[in-house]
Amino acid sequence: MKILVGYKRVVDYNVRIQVKPDNSGVVTDGVKLSANPFDEIALEEALRLREKGIATEVIVATIGPADAAAHLRNGLAMGANRAIHVVTTDAIQPLTAARTLLKLIEKEAPDIVILGKQAIDDDANQTGQMLATLWGRPQATFAGKVEIADGKATVMREVDAGLETLEVDLPAVITTDLRLNEPRFIKLPDIMKAKSKPMETLQLADLGVEAGDYLKTTHYAPPPKRSKGVMVKDVGELVSALKAKGLL
Amino acid sequence: MSKILVIAEHLNGKLNLAATAKCVTAAKAVGGDIDIAVLAADPSAIAAEAASIDSVARVLAVANAANEHAIAQVLAPQIAKLAAGYTHVFGPSTTFGKDLMPCVAALLGVAQVSDIMAVDGSHTFKRPIYAGNAIITVEAPAGQTVVATVRVASWAAAGTGGSAAVEAASTDAALPTHTRYVGLAAGKSDRPDLQSAPRVVSGGRGVGSAENFGIIFSLADKLSAAVGASRAAVDAGYVPNELQVGQTGKIIAPELYLAIGISGAIQHLTGIKDAGTIVAINKDADSPIFEIADIGLVGDLFKLVPELEAAL
Ligand SMILES: Cc1cc2nc3c(=O)[nH]c(=O)nc-3n(C[C@H](O)[C@H](O)[C@H](O)COP(=O)(O)OP(=O)(O)OC[C@H]3O[C@@H](n4cnc5c(N)ncnc54)[C@H](O)[C@@H]3O)c2cc1C
Ligand SMILES: Nc1ncnc2c1ncn2[C@@H]1O[C@H](COP(=O)(O)O)[C@@H](O)[C@H]1O
Repeated sequence: MKILVGYKRVVDYNVRIQVKPDNSGVVTDGVKLSANPFDEIALEEALRLREKGIATEVIVATIGPADAAAHLRNGLAMGANRAIHVVTTDAIQPLTAARTLLKLIEKEAPDIVILGKQAIDDDANQTGQMLATLWGRPQATFAGKVEIADGKATVMREVDAGLETLEVDLPAVITTDLRLNEPRFIKLPDIMKAKSKPMETLQLADLGVEAGDYLKTTHYAPPPKRSKGVMVKDVGELVSALKAKGLL
Repeated sequence: MSKILVIAEHLNGKLNLAATAKCVTAAKAVGGDIDIAVLAADPSAIAAEAASIDSVARVLAVANAANEHAIAQVLAPQIAKLAAGYTHVFGPSTTFGKDLMPCVAALLGVAQVSDIMAVDGSHTFKRPIYAGNAIITVEAPAGQTVVATVRVASWAAAGTGGSAAVEAASTDAALPTHTRYVGLAAGKSDRPDLQSAPRVVSGGRGVGSAENFGIIFSLADKLSAAVGASRAAVDAGYVPNELQVGQTGKIIAPELYLAIGISGAIQHLTGIKDAGTIVAINKDADSPIFEIADIGLVGDLFKLVPELEAAL
């Protein structure tokens, strides 16, 4: 069984992003980049399925600029068997990402595709759902637990109402939520080993992905600031302050 | 003129009125005719409820046994058919809408605008990125259907008292059978709903254990508040996942939010930025939560929370 994992590089979750003064974008120069946390969880899940003997091969894929190759090496060091790098200098929107990943599916015929539920840069939360739709296959989004048996995946999903369980036929798309697992750390010797693992490089332009006139971002603004409030010294003052605001 | 289709969210035969009515408010900001689609096994009661939302012209009730549970890949092909003739299709930015709407967009071959916070024009919207650290203005292509999710915390619910016409609708969409609903394990539901409650009391890692969370629940009961939690509290198993507030949990906008034993990580704050008044109780005076709290109190929560409850 083959598993394809979406492995996007994003601004590290610890970075406090700043909007450029001219409102043309956010400052990304010199900012730390890391794997999207949800994609690390996706890769970890795939590796565990391989370690359980359910999967035989784990492929990490990224669509991004040439220097994202180093990021894919991290995915290989974490344990993926091989990597596919779809090179583009354009910022990729979810529909394009889904169409591109579909091309990789056509090429690789994976049994399971695991993506993050959202990329923490665009916070779109769309690609997995779009991919499943374009592929005509099931989706199990926001996965908190995954079990694979008899050509089916039983997935517990973190939904607003609680924990929902779906059973889907494979092949299928699964998107990860935070509590699915805790990704392993990359060990130094594995970084060395990763250097000799196969990485295929494709140009987005060569894949024949239909590009559309999608969303245009015309303005970036910092969020409205909440002004710093008051400190109270005890519960009595707190209650008075709440009453003064008409909240009690 | 715009013609907007709002997808109703419902569970166990009941409309999620708050989420649906907030989508209607966002649709009103676009302007034009607003219809609601209810897809269910038996939509009649839900459709009747939806018909009471103000400013709604028609409710399309799609009855199909396959719609008993909200399975995105089953609902989406029907919605994509219903979308013909509409300029916009809106759903709430809840797990229901997040799961479903991108499928509709993909079927229509259009991009999706996620988490609309503001409407600047029929095709121009504001939405948050980077955990709310930047607000972008995006333009959807003219001449294409706009598929979007509405960030529920940004909008007030439209009122009720309307009486839209309910019309039975059906589609000839082919529905897949590759996905089966197994079950839902839901937490206790006798408390106010986290996403619509005017008051929320949240606990973090500082609360220390599931048993200790009793003081949070007790305070919440006294305030008739919903209970929320940080990711750390959920990860540690103090409370179930559906209580998580933040970037990857629920984004909420209560009038009053109490953050207790929560440090104020950016991912948490993004979930509460639209709250009316934020109160923080934390033993660490340097905790970042105090930078955004309207009222801050430094001290041990195990002493202060029972004291607060007693003072109410
Ligand atoms: C991709 C990603 C997504 C995330 N999404 C979310 C999300 O949606 N929601 C979310 O909340 N987090 C999210 N996080 C996690 C977030 O970064 C923080 O780790 C988390 O919010 C911390 O929770 P906390 O404040 O409860 O814990 P801590 O940061 O450990 O803070 C505990 C606080 O309790 C205080 N305290 C301890 N004991 C007491 C006491 N006796 N009395 C008073 N105060 C006390 C401490 O001073 C401290 O400030 C996400 C992280 C990532 C990487
Ligand atoms: N450029 C990309 N390269 C690799 N994976 C991606 C890319 N864009 C999106 N994905 C996958 O899709 C998920 C959801 O992204 P999004 O829909 O942008 O929030 C991510 O967690 C990734 O797994």
